[in-house]
Amino acid sequence: MNPGEVLGLLGPNGAGKTTLVKILTTLLQPDSGRAFVNGWNVTAEPEKVRSTIGMAGQYSTVDALLTGFENLYLVAKLRGVGRRTARRLADDLLSRFRLTDVAGRPAGTYSGGMRRRLDLAAALVGSPPLVVLDEPTTGLDPESRLDTWEAVGELAADGITVLLTTQYLEEADRLADRITVIDRGQVVAEGTSDELKAAAGNRLVVCVAEDHQLDAAARAAHRATGAVPTVDRRARRVEAAAADGRAALGRALTALEGERVEVLEIGLSRCTLDDVFLGLTSRARREAA
Amino acid sequence: MMTATTEVRGTRAPLRPAATGPSPTRARRNPVLRVLAESADLALRNLLHLRRTPGLLITCLVEPVVYAMLIGYVFGNSLGGPAYRSYMVAGLLAQTVAFTTTFTTVGLARDLEQGMVDRFRALPVSRVALLLGRTTSDLAACGASVAVTTACGLLMGWRPHTGPFEVAAGVLLALLFSFAMSWIGVFVALVAPNTQVAGSLGLIWLFPATFVSSAFVSGSSLPGPLSTLAAWNPITSLAGALRQLFGNTPPPGFRVQHDWPAQHPALYTSACSVLLIAVFVTLSTWRYHTRTSR
Repeated sequence: MNPGEVLGLLGPNGAGKTTLVKILTTLLQPDSGRAFVNGWNVTAEPEKVRSTIGMAGQYSTVDALLTGFENLYLVAKLRGVGRRTARRLADDLLSRFRLTDVAGRPAGTYSGGMRRRLDLAAALVGSPPLVVLDEPTTGLDPESRLDTWEAVGELAADGITVLLTTQYLEEADRLADRITVIDRGQVVAEGTSDELKAAAGNRLVVCVAEDHQLDAAARAAHRATGAVPTVDRRARRVEAAAADGRAALGRALTALEGERVEVLEIGLSRCTLDDVFLGLTSRARREAA
Repeated sequence: MMTATTEVRGTRAPLRPAATGPSPTRARRNPVLRVLAESADLALRNLLHLRRTPGLLITCLVEPVVYAMLIGYVFGNSLGGPAYRSYMVAGLLAQTVAFTTTFTTVGLARDLEQGMVDRFRALPVSRVALLLGRTTSDLAACGASVAVTTACGLLMGWRPHTGPFEVAAGVLLALLFSFAMSWIGVFVALVAPNTQVAGSLGLIWLFPATFVSSAFVSGSSLPGPLSTLAAWNPITSLAGALRQLFGNTPPPGFRVQHDWPAQHPALYTSACSVLLIAVFVTLSTWRYHTRTSR
């Protein structure tokens, strides 16, 4: 990872995201191989690793019986700062995460989004250079998710390096500078979201005016791209994966002309991260089978 | 599993000096002082939990009253009335401190289950401190239970007949034993798969251990091997030591055991406590590490 970037670790359930996070945060020992965090080996010097990372877990592990302030104060004290500094750190973080008003209430009474913000704040106590966020928005309602995204975005803006695991593509697309896709413990792709989308190629999209022309359009799309097109009858749209973009578009125009299809709209669209993800993880599965 | 070499590196200098405290890597002076400071922080956190959890407060403060009433008045009246009640208080105190073990088991098991232990483990906190913080706060909670039991005893007519030093020595001995029991509780929590199992595992051996003793009855009235077991049970010797230190005599007709522990009860109890602490601190730390690397 490069300093100051947000790396998204993307993978389906059971891909090994949480296992990797647990190894990196020294909660688990790797069966084999080596891992380094901030230059420290996680097996040889776990203590050094622990003092340079902040972590927020998959399930918010704030202490429900302690107030927001007490939660942060305790983490600060355990990171080895004095009483007065701990108090100041807790107050600073509470105001930064807009929790000052509820600082004196037990964290158990917080809403999901507030808890997650407190969890993030706890990960930031003592300004560790690397923050690991394991599925920070799993199980949150949409509003709290936006809230959490905003908070993560602020971390990145502050120059903190963030390792973010997620199974939501939208989340990786929005927050991560670079994305690593893993499946069954193996890295299946790596790059920026644009690179991943580009690598997956484009999609040819054709919209026609009349329902009865859909089949003809599908035939043309198939001839142009060699891929099996998907037909959306309601939208009168035909889509097919096009590996060679512009050339496929040219062939498609000729083929549609030959089928005498009246085209309303034709173009190339980029794959969404969803297409990339589904393509990658299902390919990995096929190869394994 | 994960076989690749993974490198994760962050910026060394955080860009936000305003919210930055001293460097998180700051080494604390002395490793022993560090463990003690961390344990104290965690113990205070546990005590806040205790204060905010009515269920735990009831266990800690009301249960001793229930036991005092139950044994003092339900059994007490057929066992010798007032004379029995002043004899029994030492046994009640021994039972109260022995029960600390369940308290520890349940508290630690809950923290393990709720992921709090993982959060603390991902922090640069010494692993012994996590366990020591728990046993320390439970020692404080046990102190409160001892005070309640003592107050009940005083209300039931029990009086110490010795000086303040003997009484203080008795209380300290009881607390030492409670600390030892607490470490057994730590181990039980670490081997139990979840809080529920931990709760019943914590109790299942405790009841026989408490009642096969001279805490409430004369150990020599127990049949055969149970009588020997009772004689060497540290709960018997603790109750005996407390009776000796408080100057409480058995009610008329009570047969007293004369085995070695009965003749040196304070020495035997201290030795047992130190041994239990040594064994269970070692076992728990080992178990904690293997549980981590699973």
